[in-house]
Amino acid sequence: MTATLASLCSVLLGAQETHAAPAGAGPVVAHDIPAAITAPELSWAGWIIWLPLLSSIACALCAAFRVKNKLPAFVTVLSFAAAFGVTFWLHRIVDPAQPVVVPLLHWMDFAWGDGNWHAFGAHFSLYVDELTLFWMLFVTGLGTLIALYASEYMESDVGKGYSRFFFGVSIFIVAMAALVMSDNLVMLYLGWEGVGLASYLLIGYYYTRPSAVAAAKKAFIMNRVGDLGLAIGIFLIWTNYGTVEYDGLFRAIEAAGNPAGGWDASLIPFCLMLGAFGKSAQIPLYVWLPDAMEGPTPVSALIHAATMVTAGVYLIARMFPLFLLHPDALAAVAWIGGLTALLAATIGMAQYDIKRIFAYSTVSQLGYMFLGLGVGTAYGACYHTFTHAFFKALLFLTAGAVMHGFAGQLDLRRLSGLRRVPGFALVSWTMLVGCLWLSAFPFSAGFFSKDTILAAAMFDPHHAQPALAWMGLATAGLTAYYTFRVWFRVCAGPVAFVPGDELHGADGHGRGAPSASASHGNDHGSFHPHAPRLAINGVLLVLAIGAVLAGLPTYLVLSGQTKENWVESMMAHSSAALGAQPADSHEHPHLIGMDGHTAMFVLSSVVGLAGIAIAWVLHLGNRRLADRLRGAMLARRWLRWLPTAMEHKWYVDELYHACFRLPMWVGGHLLHFFDKHFIDGLLVNGIGRVPSFLGRLFQPLYNGALQGYAATMAGAVALILAWVVWKWIVGGGA
Amino acid sequence: MSGAAEMLAAPALADLPLLAALEPMAGGPLKVLLLTSALLFAIGLVGFLSRRNMILMFLCTELMFQAAALAFVAFGRMHLDVSGQTFVIFVLTVAAAEAALALGLVVLLFRRRETLNSEAWSELHE
Repeated sequence: MTATLASLCSVLLGAQETHAAPAGAGPVVAHDIPAAITAPELSWAGWIIWLPLLSSIACALCAAFRVKNKLPAFVTVLSFAAAFGVTFWLHRIVDPAQPVVVPLLHWMDFAWGDGNWHAFGAHFSLYVDELTLFWMLFVTGLGTLIALYASEYMESDVGKGYSRFFFGVSIFIVAMAALVMSDNLVMLYLGWEGVGLASYLLIGYYYTRPSAVAAAKKAFIMNRVGDLGLAIGIFLIWTNYGTVEYDGLFRAIEAAGNPAGGWDASLIPFCLMLGAFGKSAQIPLYVWLPDAMEGPTPVSALIHAATMVTAGVYLIARMFPLFLLHPDALAAVAWIGGLTALLAATIGMAQYDIKRIFAYSTVSQLGYMFLGLGVGTAYGACYHTFTHAFFKALLFLTAGAVMHGFAGQLDLRRLSGLRRVPGFALVSWTMLVGCLWLSAFPFSAGFFSKDTILAAAMFDPHHAQPALAWMGLATAGLTAYYTFRVWFRVCAGPVAFVPGDELHGADGHGRGAPSASASHGNDHGSFHPHAPRLAINGVLLVLAIGAVLAGLPTYLVLSGQTKENWVESMMAHSSAALGAQPADSHEHPHLIGMDGHTAMFVLSSVVGLAGIAIAWVLHLGNRRLADRLRGAMLARRWLRWLPTAMEHKWYVDELYHACFRLPMWVGGHLLHFFDKHFIDGLLVNGIGRVPSFLGRLFQPLYNGALQGYAATMAGAVALILAWVVWKWIVGGGA
Repeated sequence: MSGAAEMLAAPALADLPLLAALEPMAGGPLKVLLLTSALLFAIGLVGFLSRRNMILMFLCTELMFQAAALAFVAFGRMHLDVSGQTFVIFVLTVAAAEAALALGLVVLLFRRRETLNSEAWSELHE
C-alpha cells in the first residue's frame, strides 16, 4: 500500500517539478510576468460583467412592477449561465501565457506630465490572465447553480422579497466580476465595496428579524475595518510605484527590485492583508462570517463558496509579486491563516447549529488558503479555493435543503437518520460527498488541495513554516471530526427529528406542512418533512459531481493521462506563479523515515481517518458516550473551561464587545450628554433664552391698555426732550 | 449768464414777490404761535391719555397733528421758507386719508364689541 502511494506521489511530484520556473536558489524576486497586450477586440468579454448587471436591472424592474412569479430567478439564472458561457469561451480562446488588457470604458484619466507619478489612470478595463479566468469560472459557474437552487428555495417569497433577493444576488456577481476582472486596484476596490454592499443587503434579507439586521451590520462594519486597510494599501502603492494598473504595477515592482522602497513600502502588504482578512474572515476580523448565517441559505453558499470570502485570497494571489518582496508579510499571512484554521476548527467542534459548524469550517478552510499563500504556494491556495468552493457550496445547499424540509431545524441534536427519510436520500448522500471532501478523505479533491498546502508549509525551500504544517495537520484531524459529527448525527443513525419553529416563518416554507403546527415537539406526529424537488436535487447532484470532478486535475496526473495539473499550470501562467517555486533539489526532504511528500500523504490520511473514526464512535456508535464525555469534562474543574470556551466561541465576540463596542457605547453616551447639556443646553438654548429673558423684563410695560402705550411713548419723548434741553443748558445755549 | 441757465437756477426766496415784502419773523408773534402749538399738543395728549372713547381719542390725535402743523407754519414763517407750508399740505392730506381709515376701523371695532371703549381691546395683555 505504501509503495503504491509512494509511486503515485512521485508522479505527482514529478508533475510539480516539470513546469517549474527556472529560478535558482537565493532571494525570490518578481520576474517573468509577461507584459500585457491590449486587445480591444475582446471587448465582448465585458458581457461577463454586463450580463449580471442587466439581470440586476431586470430584477429591480420586476420589484417595481410587483411581478408575482419566478421571472426574476429565471432572468438571473439565465444571465449567470450566459456569463459562465462567455467566461468559458474566453478561457478557450486566450493564450494562457499572455495576459490581455481589454479596455471597456474610460473612467479616471488624469495626466500632469509623463510617466509614473505624473498620470493617474483607472479605467473599466479587464486584466485577463489565467488567474482571472480560473476565478471567474467558478464564480459564474457556482453563481448559476446557487441561483437555480434559490429559485426553488426562496419560492415562499415569490411576489414579496423574491425580486429583491435576486437583485442582491445579481449585484453580488456583478461586484465579484468587477473585483476579479479589473485591471487596476481602483476598480478592484469598487467591486470590493460592491461585494460588501451586496452581502449587507442579502444577510439582512429578513429585515424584520433583529438578529438578521444585526448580523448584516456586523458584516458591513467588520468589512469596513478591512477596507480601510485596503484603501491605505492602494494609496501607498500609488505613492511608491506611481500606478495602480496591474500591468504597470508589476513592471514597477520588478524595477524597484529587492528590497523595495522605504518603511511605507513595507507597510503595503500588511495593509492589503488587513483588507483580505476582513473580506475573507481571518483572525482579527472573522466574527462576522458565522453571523452571516442569518441570511437565506443560498446567500450563505454564495458568500462562503464563490463570491465574497475568496476575494481576500484573490487579492493576495494577484498581488503575490509584491508579497514576495516582503518575507515578513508572507510569514504573517501564514501564521494568521494557520491560527485561524485551528481556532475556527476548535469552535466548530463544539457548535450544534449545522450551518454554524459549516460557517466555522469555512473560516478554517480559508485559514488553510492563507497558510498556503503565506508559505509561497499560491497554486495550493487557489486550488484549495477551487475545491472548497464546490464542496462548501454543496454542504451549505444540503444544509439549506434540510432547513427547508424541516421548518428551519438546524440543531444536529434534533435531527437523525435523514438518509432514511423519504426524499432526503439524495441530500444525505450528497452531503456525505461534501463531508468527505471537506474532511480531506484520502484521494478526494479536498485531500489533494489541502495536502499541497501542508506539503509546502513543511518543505517549501523559501517560506516553509514546519510548525504551522504540524498545526495544519492537527487541524485537519479536527476538521474531519467535526464534519463527520454533523453527518453521523444528522444523516445516519435511527430516524428521529423535531421540526423547527419556522413553520410559517420567513426562511421555512409556509405551505408545505399545513398540519405541522399541531405537532411541535413530537417526533413524526403529523409533521411531514417537505422533500426538496427538482431544482434543489438537481443542483445538489451537479455540485456533488462538480466536487468530485474538482479532483480531476490531480486524478488525470495520477493516472498518467496528463503531464501536469491544469490548475497548477493555470497558476503558473499568472502573476501568482511566482510563488510556485520548485523544490529545487532532487533529493526529497525526508520525514519520519519516508520521502517527505509521501509522509505528508500518509500523515494527513491517518489524521483525517482518525478524526472520522472518533466521530463515528462518539456520534454514531454510541451517542451517549459523547454526552457523558462532555459531562465528565464539565465536571472536572481543571477541564471545565475547555468545552465551555469552545461552545462560547472562545468568548471572542464578548472580547470585542468589551474592547470596542463597550468603550464606543460609553464614549457615545458621554458625547451625547455633552451635546445635550452643553452644546444644546447651554450654548444654543442659553442664547435663545436671552431675548426671552429681556422680554420678560419689559413685559409689565405692555399691559394691553392703549393709554398705557401712549403714556409710555409720551414719557419717553418727554425724557428725550428733557435730555436735549439739559444739554442745551449745560452747553451754554448754542 | 445765459437766459436758459438763469431760468434753471432756483430763484432765491427773497426774490419771490410775496415773500419779498416780508421780514423774517421773530420775537413776540412767533412765541405766541409756538405756545399755541404747544398748548394744542398738550390738550391733545392729555385728551388722548384720559379718554377711553375711541372717537374722542382719535379727535385728540387730530389735535396733536394740527399742533405740529401749526409749528411747521410758524417756523416756515420765521425762516421765510415755503417748505414749512408745503409740509403742512402733506400733513393735511395724510390726516384726511388717515381719518377715513381710522373711522372705518372704529366702525369695525364697534361692530365687534358694541362699544367704543378702548379698554374692550386689551387682548395683548397676557
